[in-house]
Amino acid sequence: MSQSLEAYLILSALLFGIGTFGFLARRNAIAMLMAIELMLNAVNLAAVAFGAFTPALQVHAALIALIVMAVAAAEATVGLAIVIAIYRNRRTPLVDEYASMRE
Amino acid sequence: MALPPTVPFLDWAWDDLIFLVLAGVMLAGALFVVIGRDIIRSGLAMIVAFAALAGIYVLLGAVIVAAAQVLIYIGAISVLILFAIMLTQTKSGPGALVFHRQWWAGGLAAMGIVLLMVIAVINTDWPGKVGERLWSATGAIALLLFSDGLYVFTLQVIALLLTAAVVGGVFLAKREEAPDPGEPRPSTLERLRRPVDVTPPEQP
Repeated sequence: MSQSLEAYLILSALLFGIGTFGFLARRNAIAMLMAIELMLNAVNLAAVAFGAFTPALQVHAALIALIVMAVAAAEATVGLAIVIAIYRNRRTPLVDEYASMRE
Repeated sequence: MALPPTVPFLDWAWDDLIFLVLAGVMLAGALFVVIGRDIIRSGLAMIVAFAALAGIYVLLGAVIVAAAQVLIYIGAISVLILFAIMLTQTKSGPGALVFHRQWWAGGLAAMGIVLLMVIAVINTDWPGKVGERLWSATGAIALLLFSDGLYVFTLQVIALLLTAAVVGGVFLAKREEAPDPGEPRPSTLERLRRPVDVTPPEQP
C-alpha cells in the first residue's frame, strides 16, 4: 500500500476535500485560513508523492514543496494580519457579519 | 533486537502499517480542524495533522521536506495562527454557530471535488515504486536552488515575496494611534509626511 502512488494521491485528495469543506462552510475567518493551510498541504503531499515515484523528478518535487511552504507562510502572515485588522474594527471574527464589505 | 520482516499476525509490511497509522491520524486531525467547535482546539489539531504529514514525507523519502514541514508549519505557521486565535477570541465565539447555514452546499462541492480526483487517480495507469526507497539528495537540491540557474530566479522572487509579506503584515496589523475627536483622521500618507519631532526632552 505504501508502495503505490494511488494511495498517496487518494490521501491527498481526501485532505484537499476536507480543506475545501472547511473553507466553504466555516464561519470563523481564522478557521477558513486553517482550511487553506490544509489544502496547501494536500497539494504538497501530491507533489512529493509524484517525485518519490519518478526518480528524475524527485529533486524538483522537493523544491516545489519548499516553495509552496514559503508562499504559504507569506499568505498566512498577510491573511492573519487582515483578519486582526478587521477584528479591531468590527469586534467579531465571523465572516458573515462583515456584510458592509459587500456594498 | 531485530524486528520481524512483516507485522506479526497481520502479514503486512511495516511501511504499510506506518502509512495507515499516519494517514489515519492526519485525516482525523484535519477533520477535527474543520468540524471542531472550539477554535483553539482546532488549531492544536492542525499541529497534529501537520506532524503526521511530516511522517508521511519521511515515508516517501523526502527528508528535507519533512524537516521543513516541522520547522515552517509546526514551528511558525501554527504559532502564528494560535496567536491570531487568541487575539480574536470573543465570549460568544464557542457558543455561536460553527458553520454557515449553507454548509451542505460546501459539503457537496467538497465531495464532488474528492470524487472527481479519486476517479481520475483510479482510472490512470501510474508507475509503481521502483526498487529501493530513494532518500532525496539534499546536496542536489542545494545545487539546483543556488547554482544551476534553474531556480535561482524563483529563490529571489520568494525572498522578495517574504519581505513584502512581513512589511505588509506589520502595516496591516499595526494599531492606529487614537485621533483627536475634533480633527478629521489623517490619511496614512499624511501621517508618513508629518515631520518627526526629534528634539530631546528638556532635562530638569
